[in-house]
Amino acid sequence: MTMAKAKQVRPAPAPSGARLRRRSAVERKKNRAAYLFVLPFVVLFAAMLFIPLVYAGYLSMFQVRIIGGESFIGVANYIRAFLDPRFLEGLLRMGVFLIVQVPIMLSLALVFALALDSGRVRGSRVLRLLIFVPFAVPGVIATLMWGYLYGNDFGPIAQVARALGFAPPDLLASGNILGSIMNIVTWSFVGYNMIIMYAALRSIPEELFEAADIDGAGQIRVAWSIKIPAIRPAILLTVIFSIIGTFQLFNEPSLLYRIAPDAIGVSFSPNFYAYNLAFISLDTNYAAAIAFLLGTVIATISYIIQHFANRSQRSEP
Amino acid sequence: MTRKASRASAGVISGVALAVLLLSGCSAAGSDGPASNTVTKEEFDKAMTTPTDLTFWTWVPDIQNQVDLFEKAYPAINVKVENVGQGAPHYQKLRSAIDAGSGAPDVAQLNFEYMDTFALTGSLLDLVPFGAGELSDQYVDWTWKQVARGDAVYAIPQDSGPMGNLYRSDILTAAGLDAAPVTYADYAAAAEVVRTKTGSYISNLAPGDAGPVIGLLWQAGVDPFGYDGAETVNINVNSDGAKEVMSYWQDLVQKDLISVDPDFTDEWFQGLAGGKYAGWLTAAWAPVFLSGTAASTSGLWTAAPLPQWKEGDNVSGNWGGSADAVMASSANPIAAYELARWINNEQEPALKFSTDQFLFPTLNSVLADPAFSDQEAEFYGGQKVNALFAEISKTVDTNFQWLPFQDFVTSSFNETIGKAIAQKGDFSAGLDEWQKQLVDYANQQGFTVTTS
Repeated sequence: MTMAKAKQVRPAPAPSGARLRRRSAVERKKNRAAYLFVLPFVVLFAAMLFIPLVYAGYLSMFQVRIIGGESFIGVANYIRAFLDPRFLEGLLRMGVFLIVQVPIMLSLALVFALALDSGRVRGSRVLRLLIFVPFAVPGVIATLMWGYLYGNDFGPIAQVARALGFAPPDLLASGNILGSIMNIVTWSFVGYNMIIMYAALRSIPEELFEAADIDGAGQIRVAWSIKIPAIRPAILLTVIFSIIGTFQLFNEPSLLYRIAPDAIGVSFSPNFYAYNLAFISLDTNYAAAIAFLLGTVIATISYIIQHFANRSQRSEP
Repeated sequence: MTRKASRASAGVISGVALAVLLLSGCSAAGSDGPASNTVTKEEFDKAMTTPTDLTFWTWVPDIQNQVDLFEKAYPAINVKVENVGQGAPHYQKLRSAIDAGSGAPDVAQLNFEYMDTFALTGSLLDLVPFGAGELSDQYVDWTWKQVARGDAVYAIPQDSGPMGNLYRSDILTAAGLDAAPVTYADYAAAAEVVRTKTGSYISNLAPGDAGPVIGLLWQAGVDPFGYDGAETVNINVNSDGAKEVMSYWQDLVQKDLISVDPDFTDEWFQGLAGGKYAGWLTAAWAPVFLSGTAASTSGLWTAAPLPQWKEGDNVSGNWGGSADAVMASSANPIAAYELARWINNEQEPALKFSTDQFLFPTLNSVLADPAFSDQEAEFYGGQKVNALFAEISKTVDTNFQWLPFQDFVTSSFNETIGKAIAQKGDFSAGLDEWQKQLVDYANQQGFTVTTS
């Protein structure tokens, strides 16, 4: 890149406090350009994330009652949330969801990605598309559709069960609803996670496979010892996304609430609980506290997972 | 820019942003309606001849017909009708718009039970300065009581929901019954017969809908709610009377003679169309929902009074019923008031509500109109159902009150007694749980609670 200015160009200064003040004009221009590039992101980040977060934090320290109006209560809302059995129950439910659904979904995604990458599958491009299509279906429509499929009277699953002669399982009953929702989420997101892993698989250098071939490794051995370790960062990415998505579960409980009011309570998931607190119980301040706590829980768990993943990576030779 | 200076300026910027947020959070949603002086004829004429756009949130099907008549009468006013959902979603959106300070409609439909909830937060415009006070004699007494609070009037009544027993005469005949059961004892026996002989349920008890259950309690003389308009509420949903009513239903539900499907869902509409339910204990406005998906059953329905608890009694309850209110935030209060008043007060549109949309009228002149009372509804196989409901309407106890936080009442219903219904469990325990949730919430919101 040629310099437009004819001024003297000093070499880039070493990072020391005194010399930073005398940055060259070119450095300044480069910095300005950098700031300008980042500006759109910063503006959106501030407006859509940072400022609302601050406002929610501010709201969570107040209390508004129908009789008595607004009053400052400090951290009382957070203490209330810690002691709130419905919030804790919702968190626990999401924990169960995390432990059961995420490994199943990511294992499926990994198996699909490996199978399609192995080149042994005919029509892999079409299959890739088909597995990905559920992700393209908007979450609301997917849930409404599954709500119909699960229906006891007219849903196809129940009709097939009756045709085959046995009593249809009530998939929307309290005992089964969590499993039913796990099914919807898995169906929706397995394609998305598979594509991430598949893309990572495609970028593994070919020499590794040639070396493995020479050593006489079969496909399974190659998958286990070469491919999976190589796409470790991609798998970690999908794990983090899934954790965040799990704890933020909202679409499914919200839409199935109408058709399964006994199975889904207002505090089914912490996000749904915050929504109901804000819009039905008119307790926006407590909802803000719940949302903050939920965010903290998600951040903590994500950090722990990443920490362990990085540690074991560092310990490799 | 030096690092220190940039940090300082960043601090100032975020400080200013925070200050702006704090200050904006402090401002209340104000309204700039006219003061308590009455609106003069000049102001009225000017407002109604200035081109104005009004937004009207309502879920009444085909209300565009009435609105078209209004627009013909006042060509300068343009009304946009929006259906933002029925029931809870409608109120949530309304409340969000009011809290946000923008996006609220000029006129909104409100069920009677939500009147206190919105009036308490100052969201409704007092209509007395616009002349609403003079309309009180024209409406059925108890419906006017639902929209008037002290010296203020907050809405114009549109319809009410006297409850009756709508049943499929063909299914009951197939089961060997030639008339609707008269007492609840007869009803229980009929439920058994209908279920065994035809497989249909004589009725459905929805686990996610507080309206019909409260209506049935209303019929039994149970008065669970009270609000003095200020800071005291009375909550008594687990009284002996209420428990007696619910244990009757628990018995039928546990014997699988009454189904417990959520109402107003696809499956439920299909059930009505397919004959899964032989009847529906519901309000006079029910056919407006049945003429959609269950249109194939038109002509097979008959209306009768609700079964009675004591032989010889004749009382009913009410489910729903709504009025049109003007939002305090409306920029065109005069035109908005006229819209709310006109479609519910002029004979032609008000009569249309009952003949076309099966709404049960609250306007005395419509109730007396032969076009209304002599109407032979094709849906009911030609029965003069309006005359029947007019009789039923007279038997509704008029002192029923509501709580000023109706959203919470209905949602906690689902969590407690609604859950008990869905799981065919202990309805009494469900009522106790509902009582506890309501009392806790009322206390937490600063109300003084009595429980008689």
